[in-house]
Amino acid sequence: MNTVSDLPQSVLLPLAGRHRFRPVESLPWVVAALAYFLFPDSLALGTQVLIMALFALSLDLLLGYAGITTLGHAVFFGVGAYTAGILSVNGIGDPLAGLVLGAVVCGVFGLLCGVVILRTQGLALLMLTLGILLMCAEAANRAASVTGGADGLQGMVVGPVLGIFEFDMRARVAYWYALIVLALVFVLVRALVYSPFGRSLVGIQQNSQRMAAIGAPVRRRLVAVYGIAAAIAGIAGALNAQTNEFVGPTVLSLELSAGVLTMLIFGGVGRLYGAFVGAAFYMVLHDYLARADPAYWYLWLGVLLIVVVMYGKGGILGLCDKTRVWLAYRRCGGAKDAASVQAGAGGGSAEPMHAEGQP
Amino acid sequence: MNILLGVLLNGLASAMILYIIAIGMSLTMGMMRFVNLAHGSFAMAGGYGLVWFGQMQGLPFWLAICISVVIVTAGAWVLERTLYRRLYGASELEQVLFTIGLIFVAAAGAHYLFGPSPQNVTVPVSLRHQISLGTFTASSYRTMLIIAGFLLFGGISLAMDKTSLGARLRAAVDNRRMAETIGIRTDLLFTLTFCLGSALAALGGALGAEVLPIRPSYAFDQLNYVLIVVAVGGLGTLYGPFIAALMLGIADTACKYWLPELGAFFIFAAMVVLLLWRPNGVFSRV
Repeated sequence: MNTVSDLPQSVLLPLAGRHRFRPVESLPWVVAALAYFLFPDSLALGTQVLIMALFALSLDLLLGYAGITTLGHAVFFGVGAYTAGILSVNGIGDPLAGLVLGAVVCGVFGLLCGVVILRTQGLALLMLTLGILLMCAEAANRAASVTGGADGLQGMVVGPVLGIFEFDMRARVAYWYALIVLALVFVLVRALVYSPFGRSLVGIQQNSQRMAAIGAPVRRRLVAVYGIAAAIAGIAGALNAQTNEFVGPTVLSLELSAGVLTMLIFGGVGRLYGAFVGAAFYMVLHDYLARADPAYWYLWLGVLLIVVVMYGKGGILGLCDKTRVWLAYRRCGGAKDAASVQAGAGGGSAEPMHAEGQP
Repeated sequence: MNILLGVLLNGLASAMILYIIAIGMSLTMGMMRFVNLAHGSFAMAGGYGLVWFGQMQGLPFWLAICISVVIVTAGAWVLERTLYRRLYGASELEQVLFTIGLIFVAAAGAHYLFGPSPQNVTVPVSLRHQISLGTFTASSYRTMLIIAGFLLFGGISLAMDKTSLGARLRAAVDNRRMAETIGIRTDLLFTLTFCLGSALAALGGALGAEVLPIRPSYAFDQLNYVLIVVAVGGLGTLYGPFIAALMLGIADTACKYWLPELGAFFIFAAMVVLLLWRPNGVFSRV
């Protein structure tokens, strides 16, 4: 019988090194920092991109790693946004306090939801996540004295970050604030994904019965990741509320849930950086197309969704990987190294796609 | 008493529209496990067909509905053959995203052709008067809706129970692989079911155009309600969605009448509780 150390080095090395930081991973952060200097007039849009990237990242934990399909992830974004908003309307304007409280409230709410709804799967789970979102949307809409109802939450006063950096009109502080929060959360998520906990999530996605058979507490793991993803979505929502100084009823909508799913699909599911690429692509495209005519935006969004589902599995990053493998294959001039090239090129992003992970 | 009857009548009327729209989705989902969120778009297309042929071309109400149903059915056939077919057996997520994409395209198309505002549909004179039953008066339009709903339910149930096509359909829903093994061509059957479901959705959208306003966001507006009927009713039964639609229609109307400040909250809460109690649907046999 083989033990792990009996396996050849060519198999072990990519596995042992997959959690290490690769140079190419610094690229999105360099781009984000450069964007600050290159597009000083579009920083408000840039801030939105960063917030949506954070939101999509939280969904990636559920969808790409744990394999939980949800139509109601916007509920945590919305609850986080309203938490931070109501806090600042009531005189506690410190942004970090809002972030922490948003994360805690959403984390607890997510754990509660997870305990209740993760017993189901398939259509029932889709409907339960959607149902909870609709319930909260309806509640926020009706409790106008607390949330401002359909008009949105007015009168937010957000204080300076750390008591020093005042939010400005050109969104310069907001941009750095969002970028630093995103980076901190990302480091956490990255560590989580490559930890034994994260590995067990991938295992559950691929075959939950086998994971249960080898002794993994499947339900508890799923509930835990649901709570974590909810807390991160809550942070994204709180960021959104603070940088806009406004919370509208659209933060609790099916459209937002569908939008963040779309971003993730465009970027690539189950590969961390897919959230960044997808959010940037989606938001910039939205900004460009919706300025001309909102109806056109929906047309292109729909067409893109259909095309990506039909032909572009893996999204933009998946396409990059395929191109890279193809180029490397051409260079080698044959199939003899194709397997090792694929293992190397896939790197940290060689997670199984959600679709292929089902037993 | 009159108020109670009025709520009941209005609730029944909207329940019937919901049922007519949702039954096709329930059938396709039960048979192929295909989550077709865009089902409401076919209803919207039916409604716009009525607007186009009835209002703009001046054709009679019933003729306009017939033409619009035929056109939507043909469109559904083409879509099923070219696009839907390729996603049977794909993951739920892909089906959900694909059909959301279709909703967006349909909404943009409707926006482009008919503009963003809700469409006015004038029903024929024969449906506009009030039927009086003692002190109680009922709109004949809503009465027509209720009768149409019950007739369709009865007709579909009979067809499912008595015809060989119905028997094959039931077999395919129960156990698709077994049905294929004994020589039932399930792919053909599914195309047929899909077209039938879309035709019914178009009929529901057109008939209910006065109650559920036809506008580009129609599919998203009605999605929650149609999904509730399908999920709570349970897959693979005919009476399940019918009873679910009845409960939903009447409860929704009653809530809007007596508890307007709570709005739809109760409906969604009830759905969550029912699904937690029976995840496969309240009336499902599983």
